[in-house]
Amino acid sequence: MNDSNTQGFALAAELSSASALLLAAERIRDAGICHWDVYSPFPIRGMDRAMGLKRSVLGRFVFLGGLVGFLAAGALQYGTASFLYPLDAGGKPNGLSTAPALFPIMFEMAILFAAITAVIGMLLMNRLPRLNHPLFNWDRFSAVTDDKFFVAIEFEGSSLSEQSLRDLLLSAGGTNITKVYDEP
Amino acid sequence: MTGALTLLCFFCLIYLVSTGVGVWGNNNAAGWAFDITNFVFWIGIGHAGTLISAILFLTRQKWRTSIHRAAEAMTLFAVICAAIYPALHVGRAWMVWFMAPVPNSNAIWPNFRSPLQWDIFAVTTYFIVSVLFWFTGLIPDLATIRDRCQGKLQKSIYGILALGWRGGNRQWRQYEMAYLLLAGLSTPLVLSVHSVVSFDFAATVIPGWHTTLFPPYFVAGAIFGGFAMVLTILIPACTLYRPLRNFVSVSHVNTMCKVILLTGSLIGYSYAIEAFTAWYSGNLYERAAFWQRIFGPYGWACTAMVICNVMVPQLFWFRLFRTRLFLVWIIVQFANVGMWLERYVIVTGTLTRGHTPSSWAIFHPTWVDVCTFLGTFGLFASLFLIFIRFLPMVCMFEVKADMAESQPGEAG
Repeated sequence: MNDSNTQGFALAAELSSASALLLAAERIRDAGICHWDVYSPFPIRGMDRAMGLKRSVLGRFVFLGGLVGFLAAGALQYGTASFLYPLDAGGKPNGLSTAPALFPIMFEMAILFAAITAVIGMLLMNRLPRLNHPLFNWDRFSAVTDDKFFVAIEFEGSSLSEQSLRDLLLSAGGTNITKVYDEP
Repeated sequence: MTGALTLLCFFCLIYLVSTGVGVWGNNNAAGWAFDITNFVFWIGIGHAGTLISAILFLTRQKWRTSIHRAAEAMTLFAVICAAIYPALHVGRAWMVWFMAPVPNSNAIWPNFRSPLQWDIFAVTTYFIVSVLFWFTGLIPDLATIRDRCQGKLQKSIYGILALGWRGGNRQWRQYEMAYLLLAGLSTPLVLSVHSVVSFDFAATVIPGWHTTLFPPYFVAGAIFGGFAMVLTILIPACTLYRPLRNFVSVSHVNTMCKVILLTGSLIGYSYAIEAFTAWYSGNLYERAAFWQRIFGPYGWACTAMVICNVMVPQLFWFRLFRTRLFLVWIIVQFANVGMWLERYVIVTGTLTRGHTPSSWAIFHPTWVDVCTFLGTFGLFASLFLIFIRFLPMVCMFEVKADMAESQPGEAG
């Protein structure tokens, strides 16, 4: 058993409902904890505000992804048809005078790149995919995808002692307060 | 049954590739016939899935929750069925990579100004984005199966597919934003795909095809046909599997019937505008093409399509026909047949009656044409049955989130 394992990964607790989880989140936010999260079977309305989280920046990446796709498709079509191998199809000119014919593919590629950016960006910002996580070592936690609500405060970067975290979770309405370890 | 039809489809495709595209009934006049008809038919069916998942999501239509997963899966399988046709219609299926945006063996690039090339990009983008949208929606549900299933092998497979999802709010936050963005991206995409498909026709100089009406007309038809197929599948599924009734109720069917009524009437309007334009253009060829369409050798198909697509769906004005599942199922079969006939009339009927009467011909489908088409239904149904066997066909986490007592600050 290594050092980090004796120290543990997080202190976790179970909450009875989405509303209880929301109230608990507000208390933990006000206590100034940094590494923590609430876990629920479905997204809870108002939880971002209760946790003090700002709006996701994913949209900006997606815009950039779409822009790259748009310009790349334009470069692909204009570059190949005008420079690499000018193709005389139906006697139509290859210059920018026929640019409208390039737009359908530019539009489709903008959508494609933006959509791929949205999915990959979401996974990367969530640190996914991963095969395992310390929280899965807690057997009660498997009900999070069914109908149970949890909160977990990670020890890393936490200035409070384990006992005061335990008190905080207890006062926030947590039950089954459990220390979760890195190894099973 | 569906497996046998799927095998029939594969047999026909192997026979086609090994013998040559001449086993189809296509001739000099009808260079496009069953193949392109079926391609447009299947692509159109896919549109309802994206419409339900994206547009109804953006407009906050809660009733979509219980049907969008199945409709999205239907989209994917319909696009797979559709993709078979253009890929094999090129004749030498092993040369299909000529359509990819890479230089061929003579260093020539594809002609990006061709509507057929636009179509490749549109359909490929549509398939990839639909897969991404569908899979993103599945992640939390796959995590549920991972945590609930018993077998070790199942646990590993679903565990890998769930990508390590934990349901933390920091994850939900990015997830919901990604889902919203995908819905926002899919909405213009779905409208563009069938528009681009219609450019295959509208950008030519053939009378009866060369019209600006085609993009909106095709999109309305796609939504109409797609909703008809959703009901064709969901009504038997609900009848055979009773617990599904808790999620898909008569009110869902009722709403979908109204969408069919609306889009069916839009199609009727488009038919009327086609007739008006043919007359008002004053163009000899436009008028002749339209005359041939309704009174020519494919006049029977044109009459049948108007009855199936425009007249029969008018029964949905009456509540009785929207709420009796059996009656609804019968009526949407007219829509399915009608939409296929519409594409057949547009593709084959127009091509066999071109500018010069000396090139007029009649298209006779061969057994390979017919069996391939029947086979794609088997492929579609098989894929759908495999999907409902292994994956949740109702989006579980959204159903939980939408239940009245689950969100804070609401009743319960």
